[in-house]
Order: sequence, then structure tokens, then C-alpha cells
Amino acid sequence: MYRYDQYDITLLEQRVAQFRDQVARRLLGALSEEEFLPLRLQNGLYMQRHAYMLRVAIPYGTLSSAQMRVLAEIASRWDKGYGHFTTRQNIQFNWIHLEDAPDIMDRLAEAEMHAIQTSGNVVRNITTEQFAGVAADEVMDPRPLAEILRQWSTMNPEFSFLPRKFKIAISSSKVDRAAVRSHDVGLYLYRGEKGEALLKVLVGGGLGRTPLLGSVIREALPWQHLTTYVEAVLRVYNRYGRRDNKYKARIKILVQALGVEAFSAEVEREWQQIKDGPATISKAEYRRVAAFFSAPAYEDLKVPAQLAKQQDEEPEFARWCKRNVHPHQVSGYASVTLSTKPGSSMPPGDVTAEQMLAVADWAERFGFGEIRVSHEQNLILPDVRQIDLYPLWQLARAAGMATPNIGLLTDIIACPGGDYCSLANARSIPVAMAIQQRFADIDFLHDLGDLSLNLSGCVNACGHHHLGNIGILGVDKNGEEWYQLTLGGQQGMEAAIGKVIGRAFRADEVPEVIEKIIAVYLNHRQQDESFTQTLLRIGIQPFKEYIYPPELV
Amino acid sequence: MPLIIRANTPVPQVEDDHWQLIKHDTETMQDDAAWRILPLAIWQAQRAEGVLHANSHTGVWIGASDEYEEIIDDLLALPLIAIDFPSFRDGRGYTVAFLLRTRYGYQGELRAIGDVLRDQLFYMHRCGFDTFAVREDKDIHDALKGLTEYTIRYQGAVDDPVPLFRKRAMEMADFNDEHWEP
Repeated sequence: MYRYDQYDITLLEQRVAQFRDQVARRLLGALSEEEFLPLRLQNGLYMQRHAYMLRVAIPYGTLSSAQMRVLAEIASRWDKGYGHFTTRQNIQFNWIHLEDAPDIMDRLAEAEMHAIQTSGNVVRNITTEQFAGVAADEVMDPRPLAEILRQWSTMNPEFSFLPRKFKIAISSSKVDRAAVRSHDVGLYLYRGEKGEALLKVLVGGGLGRTPLLGSVIREALPWQHLTTYVEAVLRVYNRYGRRDNKYKARIKILVQALGVEAFSAEVEREWQQIKDGPATISKAEYRRVAAFFSAPAYEDLKVPAQLAKQQDEEPEFARWCKRNVHPHQVSGYASVTLSTKPGSSMPPGDVTAEQMLAVADWAERFGFGEIRVSHEQNLILPDVRQIDLYPLWQLARAAGMATPNIGLLTDIIACPGGDYCSLANARSIPVAMAIQQRFADIDFLHDLGDLSLNLSGCVNACGHHHLGNIGILGVDKNGEEWYQLTLGGQQGMEAAIGKVIGRAFRADEVPEVIEKIIAVYLNHRQQDESFTQTLLRIGIQPFKEYIYPPELV
Repeated sequence: MPLIIRANTPVPQVEDDHWQLIKHDTETMQDDAAWRILPLAIWQAQRAEGVLHANSHTGVWIGASDEYEEIIDDLLALPLIAIDFPSFRDGRGYTVAFLLRTRYGYQGELRAIGDVLRDQLFYMHRCGFDTFAVREDKDIHDALKGLTEYTIRYQGAVDDPVPLFRKRAMEMADFNDEHWEP
């Protein structure tokens, strides 16, 4: 993991001191709420329905056991004993008092953490996939470049008041697990013919009101040029991005307006002016940063003989291994996903302080003290010896974190919705829980196979509903909560935006509609077809006809 | 006399401002001898008419959406260019300043005007501004503190183009293997 040196620590201390002073000036009235707003947002503080929400950055979804314990401490000391992991691999605390925020930030800084740029019209937390550095199908470790970008974008003076928020993701595996194509800038890191490290740059992806997938504007960009190239993109955006309408202010609208070719030509022209300048990443810097991510001291292990036996004897353990255990680069090891989607006992992504402490302990006992957050809001132990899978499973099960549902229908991505968020048009949590309750039969879920269901409480799409195989969007109709369904969304290399199936439903109708969707799938499924494959083959019409019988249309 | 913050001195300071900002074309200008900052359009019109004199006492202010690059050579000769922030949340002025300083090599005084507040001065200074006309209802002496809150910067900018990583590298052994790839 990246560790702070004196420079990083000093910068963070100065940031907290500045924010402490800003809060004091706000409380005294020297700063108006309007003036304070972007300052607190750029420090992760949102005003929500009941209190302030603090969003703490977890750079590219990686944190240590020590840092997880600090998050647990914040949850118990300053919040109501839990936190919510987000689709940007961050964590949110929902019940924060403004007066406490500077102290919380001091506590975070002691653990080399912060809330800088987790909100506001700035470059947000750089994300990557949860298995970075350990995935069996990885081409290169994306974390060094993610950290270099994090530093470059942190308090970047020119880009601190962009037209709108700006999200960057980087992935370097055969399968894209970072939703790269739905980012303002998406990066695929790969090897060229001579083994050189290259980047494919996509621009203009994003969900929200106008869901779009990013378009490739640059192929084969040598890694050294990552920061100058992103700088060129941001400069073009900062100059020409719309500022008259916040719903038209994301870079995707600019790319759409100019056309991909004109936009990329503009970026290229700008880049030629700064290419090879001092911001170009040096080999020494790459090596310095990469050294923090070098492989831990793995043992020379074989796949343990008893694993198959344990799976035979305990079908529940076998199911967990099938869904929650992932292949690792190193023989005898695996990565484990701890599900934060137990169903009716906890909202998706919510983790209690006790669970955080337990996860921190497991990461040390069964790994190298490192934890990951996935954009699906689950927690990952990246380096578990396969021989330890069984004891880990027992502990995780006792703590309510071993639901064997990763990638299945109940592994719902959901935003906090109207229960917390003042932007929401509708609640997310009760609907997610009602669906989870309806589909509690784990055998049935396993039979359905890979199926993603994403839920957002408003058009801002924090729950990535457009990318769910089944997407649910909360909408407001005359002060009532309604839910609009989409089908056919997909993340990954074959990313797709879901299509609306028809009129919206009331909350209590939603589980039944999901059942109908599943029924159509099962009716038409051939052999081992996934939901997406069946949908692609038969189209959306059979679903519509079953959900909206013709006489009612 | 109005006050400004000047940051191109060893220590940032508050000082009297002898420039008169002509914000709108309808404003009556004071006597000819005054040092004036004209709107870009008026400056262009006056130049075209040949009525502009005492060039060393004339500056221009650029609005966030003004096209200035076509006449950049003329602007570069001015002693002062001001960039207007219609709202402190409108960040276009940072890029204008960056381009004037690095792309076009403007050497004169670069001034931030409009919605200029303490908590943005650090970023503005980094992008090449050296004087700041802090919004009138704010305490300009308090705003001065906005320039001294940070000693560390990760990335290069106009004030210091060398990114932190190159300074860190000076503390480490050299690495010059031209064939090395990540």
C-alpha cells in the first residue's frame, strides 16, 4: 500500500487546519453558506436530510486494517455505529455534526486518510477494480498510476472549480471490473507488442440524467504521458464545458456537442503544447510509487487437499466458494468478497463498526493487513491462503458477511436513497430489502446465475441503475414514490445502458415485477444462458408483454 | 483608495491600488491621467479609433467567456491584465491565467477581479495571478491568510512548474535505464 511521507503528511495537516478555520468562519458568519458550500463539498461534507454526511476517500478502494479500525472508531464515536460503502469505493457516514468534522479529519489524517475531493466539481476519487494487483487475469497493476493520478489531481489549482464533478477510473484486466466506460475519463492499461505499457483513453462516459458510455479518444498512449494527457482533457473541459445548466455540465455533453473527433483533436492540440513537460511521469517516480505496491511475502503453497472435502461436506461453504472466492495470481491463495448484502438485516453497502473491526482483524490474520472496497459496495480480502478459506468463512458467516450472493440478484448496488439523501426522489433501501426478501432462496439465486440489479433513488444514478441487468430508478410523481425499470444494462468491456421497459411502479409492486422478469428469463433460457444472453437473444418485447398485459396497455 | 493584495513580493501584502477598474462601458471615466483597466471590447474599440493614449497606464480585463487569443500579441504588451471571476465557482479564469503565463509568456501584472475570495487565492496564485482585488464586502487583511496556508503542492503550476515528485527524486538515487518499462 502507498504510505505517506513527510510531504503527504504536511499537506494533509495543512488541509485540515485550513478546513478547521473555514468551519470556524462559517459558524461565526464570516463565510456565507453559499461561500462555504463548495469548500465543505471539497472536503467531503454534504448536507443531507437529517444531518451532514461525510464521505471519506478510499483511494482506488484500498485500505489497511489500521485504517479500517479508524473508520470503525469514527462510526462509533461520531456517528451511529455504521458506515455506508459507495460505488466510488469510498465510505459515507450519515450522522455527522459540522462542529466535529475537523476533529474527524484530524483522526483520519493520523491514519493517512482524508475526505478531500470526495465531492464537489473537482476530480473525484480515482477508482480501479477491487482485485488490482492480485487478479488472476490482470495484465498490469493499475495502482501505481492510480496513486500518481491521485497526487496530481489533489488540490490541482487549475481544476478546482470545474463545470461539474469529474470521475476517473483505470483498469488493466481481461475483464473490466471498474466500470471504466461510465467515467468522465476511463483508462485501460495494457501491453503493446514490445511489452511497453500503454493506455487507451476514453472520454465522456457517465450516468446521471444523460447516460452515455465513453468514447475512445486516444489509443496507445505511453504511460509516461498519462498526467499531461489528462491535463489536456481537463483544460479543454474547463474552458469549453457548459456552466449555464448543471444537468448539461458534465464532459460527456461537451464531447457530444463537439463530436468525438473534434473533441479529441482539441485535446491533442492542447496536449502537444504540454507533452514532455515537467509533469511527464518519470521512471524514477513510477518505480518509487510502484515499490509501495510490490507483492507481499507470499508463501509457496499448493491448493490444499482438504478444500474439496470441506466443500463436499458443507454445501453452504461450497456455494460461498463458488460466488465469493476469486482466483488469485499466486498459487494457493484466493481473494474473498465479504458480502455487505445480507438481505433484510442491513441495507446494501452498510457495515457496522463491529463488522469493520472484525474485517480488520481477518485481514491481518488471513492476509497482509489489506482490505479492498468494490464498486459493488462489498469488502474484499485480497490475499487469503486457500487453506484458511474454511475458518474465514465460519467467522464471516457468524458476522453476517458471508452471504454467498456475489454477482447474483440480491447483490444489489443501491444508493442511500430518500432515507438519507436530500437529492433523492424516492427511497432505495426498503425497495432493495423487499427484493432481497422475495429472493431469499439461495439455491434459486444460484440457479439464476449472474444477474445484476442496481437501484438509484434519483436520476443522479449513484446506484448505477443504468448499468444493472435490471435497473431501478426512483422517480417522483406528484409527491409519490414510483420506480421505473430498465433492462439490458451491463458493466464491463461489453458495457451497455439499460432500456426503460414501460410505465413506473409503486414500491410494493416492484418485487412482483422482478419476479415476472425472472419468470420470462427462465421460460426462455436455453441451457446455461445468462440473463443477459437470453435478453440479447429474445429482446425486450417478451418481458414487456408479460409485465404489461396487452389489454392493460 | 481601494486596496489590493499583491503576492509578487517576498511576502504577500495589502497595498493601495492606483488602478481604476472600468467595469461597464456606460461608466463615466475619470480624468485621462488615471490608470484604467478597460473591458476588452472597449479597449479594442478605442484602439481601432486611435483614441487610446498613455498605453503604459492602460490595462484590460478579460471576461470568462471573452475571446482573447486572436489579439494575444497586443495584450502581451500591456502592463496589467485582469481576469474576471463572475462567480468564485466559475473556474475558467484559472485556465485563462495559466495560458497567459505559460503559453503566451505574459510578464506583466495579472490580477484577479470579481468574486475573489480568501479561500481561492492560493489556487489563483498558483495559476499565475499576482494581484487580487478581493470582493469589497470582505476583510482584505483576513483574505491575505489565504496565500500562506500551504507549503506543499503535489503538482507543478505557474508559481512552481516542478511537481513534487521531481523534488522527491532529488532525495533518491538516479534511475536512468532507458530500456526500463513498468
